[in-house]
Amino acid sequence: MENWLKNTRDWLDARFPVMDFWRGHLSEYYAPKNFNFWYYFGSLAILVLVLQILTGIFLTMNYKPTADTAFASVEYIMRDVKWGWLIRYLHSTGASFFFVVVYLHMFRALIYGSYRKPRELLWLFGVIIFLLLMAEAFMGYLLPWGQMSYWGAQVIISLFGAIPYIGNDLALWIRGDFVVADATLNRFFSFHVIAFPLIILGLVVFHLVALHSVGSNNPDGVEIKEKKNSKGIPLDGIPFHPYYTVKDMYGVVGFLIIFAAVVFYMPEMHGWFLEHDNFVPANPLKTPEHISPLWYFTPFYAILRAVPDKFLGVMAMGASIVMLFLLPWLDRSPVKSIRYKGWIFKAALAIFIISFVGLGYLGTVPATPVATWFSRLFSVLYFAFFIMMPFYSKWDHCKQPPERVKYK
Amino acid sequence: MKRYSVKGLFLPGLFLLILSAPGSVWAVGSEVKLDRANIDLNDVESLRRGARYFADYCFNCHSIRFMRYSRISKDLEIPEDEVANTMLFTGAKIGDAMNIALAPDDAKRWFGVAPPDLSVESRSRGVDWIYTYLRSFYKDESRPWGVNNAVFKDVAMPHVLWELQGLQEASTGTIKSAEGVEHTVITGFNLVEKGKMTPDEFDNAVRDIVNFLAYVGEPTKTQRLSLGRWVLGFLVLYFVIMFFLKKEYWKDVK
Repeated sequence: MENWLKNTRDWLDARFPVMDFWRGHLSEYYAPKNFNFWYYFGSLAILVLVLQILTGIFLTMNYKPTADTAFASVEYIMRDVKWGWLIRYLHSTGASFFFVVVYLHMFRALIYGSYRKPRELLWLFGVIIFLLLMAEAFMGYLLPWGQMSYWGAQVIISLFGAIPYIGNDLALWIRGDFVVADATLNRFFSFHVIAFPLIILGLVVFHLVALHSVGSNNPDGVEIKEKKNSKGIPLDGIPFHPYYTVKDMYGVVGFLIIFAAVVFYMPEMHGWFLEHDNFVPANPLKTPEHISPLWYFTPFYAILRAVPDKFLGVMAMGASIVMLFLLPWLDRSPVKSIRYKGWIFKAALAIFIISFVGLGYLGTVPATPVATWFSRLFSVLYFAFFIMMPFYSKWDHCKQPPERVKYK
Repeated sequence: MKRYSVKGLFLPGLFLLILSAPGSVWAVGSEVKLDRANIDLNDVESLRRGARYFADYCFNCHSIRFMRYSRISKDLEIPEDEVANTMLFTGAKIGDAMNIALAPDDAKRWFGVAPPDLSVESRSRGVDWIYTYLRSFYKDESRPWGVNNAVFKDVAMPHVLWELQGLQEASTGTIKSAEGVEHTVITGFNLVEKGKMTPDEFDNAVRDIVNFLAYVGEPTKTQRLSLGRWVLGFLVLYFVIMFFLKKEYWKDVK
């Protein structure tokens, strides 16, 4: 038996670099041994990506992307397709959890300085994936063709209309019609099921290749590759397989417990994951009283609404993402990890978290004067975190990081 | 490692925060306090009664087109011929979708607006809303049907359950808003014309209808809830195994 397995492997390996891949990325890829809770979210993001693709394949088999049939076909999936309800809830819950996981993954990078040299490109790939993921989620949300799908898309696409000179033509070009209509639904379906998933998958490969080329950062922010033994193996590194494969699987099961609890007991999440208004079929003649995007867009939506001028608002929203791209060059702290940074960074981070969560909340409520002023305050603080970073990260009183990572 | 466990609380904490947060965009901006429907999807008797009321009072004007007659027969354990006799008025087949004979254009001419399909009404409005709405019709001669509704002001729907509930009048009071402006609000109802049912019986009948509509909104819900127990049970067991497996592997990491 063992011989047979070994022979098969050797046959394959003579024709395809199976063992090189196995060693290079798993059994002899050395990761720091001090990963903590925050390091589960990368592998979890891959898990959710796979889940979305698999459930998406089955949804596509029964979903009908036309304005007349889309809403009904979703209900058909929920009722008449065997296990259709489960597949649909896995997909809709997966979308929200994708953002939960990705936001926590990005937060990890923020607190441990994982975007710092030599990992700038790794971070940039990540931000691009985040951007594409937002586009993917936005287009997917149109597909059920409910009221919130329709009017959310109408509002967001009309933002392009705010761009001077070319705006209206651009919005028309995106929609393929003067309002969100059948043509819009068709192209969004095409983008959602093939174009964006394909690009996202490609970038995830780039993200991983970049990661495995520079090696993982860790909670202490010290480079394990600087201290190697005689065989060239980092002293504080352990093989990814089996240590992190088994640890990540433990994380996966923990994640699945929370995920399944939502899928089976609260797939609507009180209207946060599946909005109540989206159970009303799209009606181009009836604007809902209150249009709000799904929770994962609301921080950026709040920044948009905080600016009185529509075009400048769009610019501010765009700038809030551009800040993420600049992050590796804004941080001038002598250390990477929050463990060795001083009170200034910690205070700035706390203000940033409050601002981001505050904006997220404000993006869900109607734009009353009080809400708008808070949105403005939090928007200024959001940008200040990035724009002031070159200064406060230099002034900060940092501690000396240890020579090697701390473990136990 | 103590700090590990403290940080491990972050995600569950965040999760609890989300769970406790109120709905972001409850569809209806109505300020009327809604009564709790207290429905029970496992009460098949109530669902059957609800189906009967629905067929008798709602189904002439409101379709539930994502539902099939045969599904109701199967889920509520009502024989197919009984469903055919009591619910099927359009000459449709038992496996067909539950449409109505009323053409939308005619409906629009008669009511001013075509009555909406109610397949997922319980999911867009919520069960408490429907429960309160159906019990909140009151006498208002200025309206075409002689009634208005406290939850859905100037609704185009007549008080279909009139013969069951009777007719009630609204008693009003004034409240002061934060800006000091006085508003007239409906504070309660009193029955001026008796119906076939006592108020308690009527509340229960409405509860049955709402229960049925909740079932129609998501026929697989009871299956979802009961399957969830097994899935979570399995995952918790798996988690324990993974915990010890991970511990075993990580023993030699120093």
